[in-house]
Amino acid sequence: MKTIIGLEVHVQLSTATKLFCGCSTDYRDDEPNTHCCPICLGLPGALPRLNIRAVEHGLKVAKALNMEVLEESEFARKNYFYPDLPKGYQITQYDKPLAVAGTVEIEDDEGHEKIVRISRIHLEEDPGRLIHVASGSGYSLVDYNRSGIPLLEIVTEPDLRSPQEARRFLNRLRAILEYLEVFDGDREGGLRVDANISLEGSERVEVKNISSYKGVEKALTFEVTRQRNLLRRGQKVGRETRHFMEARGITTSARSKEEEQDYRYFTEPDLRPFRVADLVTGIELPELPTARKERFMAEYGISLNHARTLTGDPRLADFYEGVAYVDPFLAATWVADTLLGELNYRGMRITDVPANRFIELLALIRSGTITDTVAVQVLREMLDACAAGRPCEPPAVIVKREGLVRGEGEEFADVVRDVIAANPQAVADYRTGKKGALNFLVGQVMKETRGRADPRELGRIVAEYIDTGEV
Amino acid sequence: MAGILEFSPDDRYNAFITTCSEAPFSDGALAGTAIAVKDNISTAGIKTTCGSRILEGYIPPYDAHVVELLKGAGAAIVGKTNMDEFGMGTTTETSAFGPTTNPIDTSRVPGGSSGGSAAAVAAGLVPMALGTDTGGSIRCPAAFCGIVGFKPTYGRVSRYGLIAYANSLEQIGPMARTVEDVSRLLSVIARYDPRDSTMIDRPYDHRPSANVDGLRVGIPEEYFGEGVDARVAETVRDAIGVLEDMGARTVPVSIPAMRYALAAYYVICTGEASSNLARFDGIRYGPAADIRKPWYEAYREIRREKFGTEVRRRIMLGTFALSAGYAGRYYAKAQIARRNIRLDFERAFRSADIIAGPTMPTVAFRLGEKTDPLSLYLSDILTVPANLAGIPAISVPCAGRVDGLPVGLQVMGRRFEDERVIDAAYAYEQGAGR
Repeated sequence: MKTIIGLEVHVQLSTATKLFCGCSTDYRDDEPNTHCCPICLGLPGALPRLNIRAVEHGLKVAKALNMEVLEESEFARKNYFYPDLPKGYQITQYDKPLAVAGTVEIEDDEGHEKIVRISRIHLEEDPGRLIHVASGSGYSLVDYNRSGIPLLEIVTEPDLRSPQEARRFLNRLRAILEYLEVFDGDREGGLRVDANISLEGSERVEVKNISSYKGVEKALTFEVTRQRNLLRRGQKVGRETRHFMEARGITTSARSKEEEQDYRYFTEPDLRPFRVADLVTGIELPELPTARKERFMAEYGISLNHARTLTGDPRLADFYEGVAYVDPFLAATWVADTLLGELNYRGMRITDVPANRFIELLALIRSGTITDTVAVQVLREMLDACAAGRPCEPPAVIVKREGLVRGEGEEFADVVRDVIAANPQAVADYRTGKKGALNFLVGQVMKETRGRADPRELGRIVAEYIDTGEV
Repeated sequence: MAGILEFSPDDRYNAFITTCSEAPFSDGALAGTAIAVKDNISTAGIKTTCGSRILEGYIPPYDAHVVELLKGAGAAIVGKTNMDEFGMGTTTETSAFGPTTNPIDTSRVPGGSSGGSAAAVAAGLVPMALGTDTGGSIRCPAAFCGIVGFKPTYGRVSRYGLIAYANSLEQIGPMARTVEDVSRLLSVIARYDPRDSTMIDRPYDHRPSANVDGLRVGIPEEYFGEGVDARVAETVRDAIGVLEDMGARTVPVSIPAMRYALAAYYVICTGEASSNLARFDGIRYGPAADIRKPWYEAYREIRREKFGTEVRRRIMLGTFALSAGYAGRYYAKAQIARRNIRLDFERAFRSADIIAGPTMPTVAFRLGEKTDPLSLYLSDILTVPANLAGIPAISVPCAGRVDGLPVGLQVMGRRFEDERVIDAAYAYEQGAGR
């Protein structure tokens, strides 16, 4: 049964000021209702004034997604009541959006390139935010700091075929937006998604209110299972709107009232239509993820997988390019395979890593001064220091202090002898041809020597000793 | 020259909702001039009600652009004038603060919705006032009270701070006893303001001239036809005769799309109003909603209780006109009619430099005379076309009266030819020897 998914992605554009007034958008850590004015509070008589930077940001996206930019674009009012909506309508775009008909390239579930069609992008203002005080208090508070933040809504065609594909699409979209410097992916609530999902031949369900990348995959996976189970039991999937409950990982049916909303769209009379065609010609794009990925493969000779991973985030790609000169291949392995995992484990970002220290570490690995095992230990020590806000020591200092310089095989003769003496069963197993036994013994030696020896060399020494009784 | 103007008017006509007993003023073109401001124009520190209970207690934290300009020119803002609730009316009877009466005959309405401003000027309480005109709300009360009122070209005066009724139609404009004063006040308020995106940077710097030699005055048959009181029509023809005596010549013109003007106007203005008035929900200002109730119940309650009948009627009409399944039949059609009216005017202005006719089809009604909303709406027929077309229009009192009541001569001009309209009205005023 084919799964059909389309997404409506809302991203906050990283302009300095709001979409229709001069209030600063950077309200992180500030008191509620401190970034407001008559315009974003919707006070009687205040008028919106379009922030042209937001339009430029939107047009950058239009160009990057190969979209057709309309000659003229205009704003419309979407009328509905809700306490977070100060004017009783949202200024958005309806039948004249910024751009239509674009594409994004992603990998499908088999790893093949595939095209996801984008149907339209448009600008709109973010509403305020409701803060629900302890339940039972009988009231909620409204914070209008967010009111009027520019949002770009990006709508896909129903081209996605699995929750995983949806996740990959979002990752790719995020990378493009970050390359364009129009979006801060780390900002809390900076991305919100509504997803339409159906199983082929059945009704479509809209899941609203998903506010994280992981949440999209989780919500859609839940829905696929729920809808399949309904069909398996001979029931029908009803056309409806559902809410995603992030904490519980489930979707629940929304009140039917919400589905009946009639937004009574009409052209916003306080803003003039604007000519986008003229604006778009002046916009230049930076190198985008796909182009950078291809350049990385050509210029650094690294694998497709490494190039994909490294170009998935512009800051990661920048970091790699800053350290690649030591040895592009080695650097790709260490950044993409090791460093990223260690960062994720610590909840750190690539920008938290001092590039000069990482370069020094790569140099130690490349020269053979330390083994890979030791290198991982040293890297962990460096990252722990960064995470704790301590100065990051040069890796050479750590290696020297802890005595981690790579040793020659002969240095470990005593350890090898002791390990073999202590593990007669493993030795016997090895003699009967069990390869795993040798690995076990090497592991024991590695443990005793804190990884200072090269495991391949150790394997040879251990085998030789068992075979010949000599080191 | 700066100081405090003491203001304690004998407001027997209920022209004011709020008066400022001590109004500060400063130096400038209007230094020390007492000016009344319609109560839908935001004034920092002075309550602004729109004639409605729903804004009870609301004191704007900022000045409308026109108020900033008035203060900058030295004027003393002496009070806020009565009006039909949110501008929705032709008589000032829908105000939550009681009706204003007509100083010429207190058994009559002053017209509306800027009835308070017109009465304050007509009664001599202030020399000048600001009104707003969405479908005739400056010109109608000017005509009924026998003063001059001007609706500028759409986009000539900033709407920043004007509490919106129908954004695409309305303009703030000057009201005074003479065209010269209207012109003076206009030159203060018609200044570019980037905060109003629908504005065009065309400041008004003009001294009226009475030269109408060779001016082609278009006489639209629709302005003298069915529904227009014959004596009013005759009085206005006489007034146009004065312009002809001064060297102007008349040409017949026609605005055939006018038959759709009222319908289009009421669909557009109620549609926009239904959206504009959504913000009055008791959350941020005005009387507080009952927060113990679910929000939608609290909203419903406060809006039902605090909006008057006419406002609720227009919100419902507008909501209907914009609804899915009906918007195509009403709102979209109204936009087409609006475009046709604009085109008709453009065509008429090829053979005429200005267009003249009566401002209102009748003289001022008696208080309480018009209870049926439809017949009230019909009385806007001669004023709404200028709003739909976005063109400048003035009402200047005719020399003749009907039943002792004033009649307004309406002059309309091409977009951004506000100066020519002012000149024609000024010429008439001079020629009629008032």
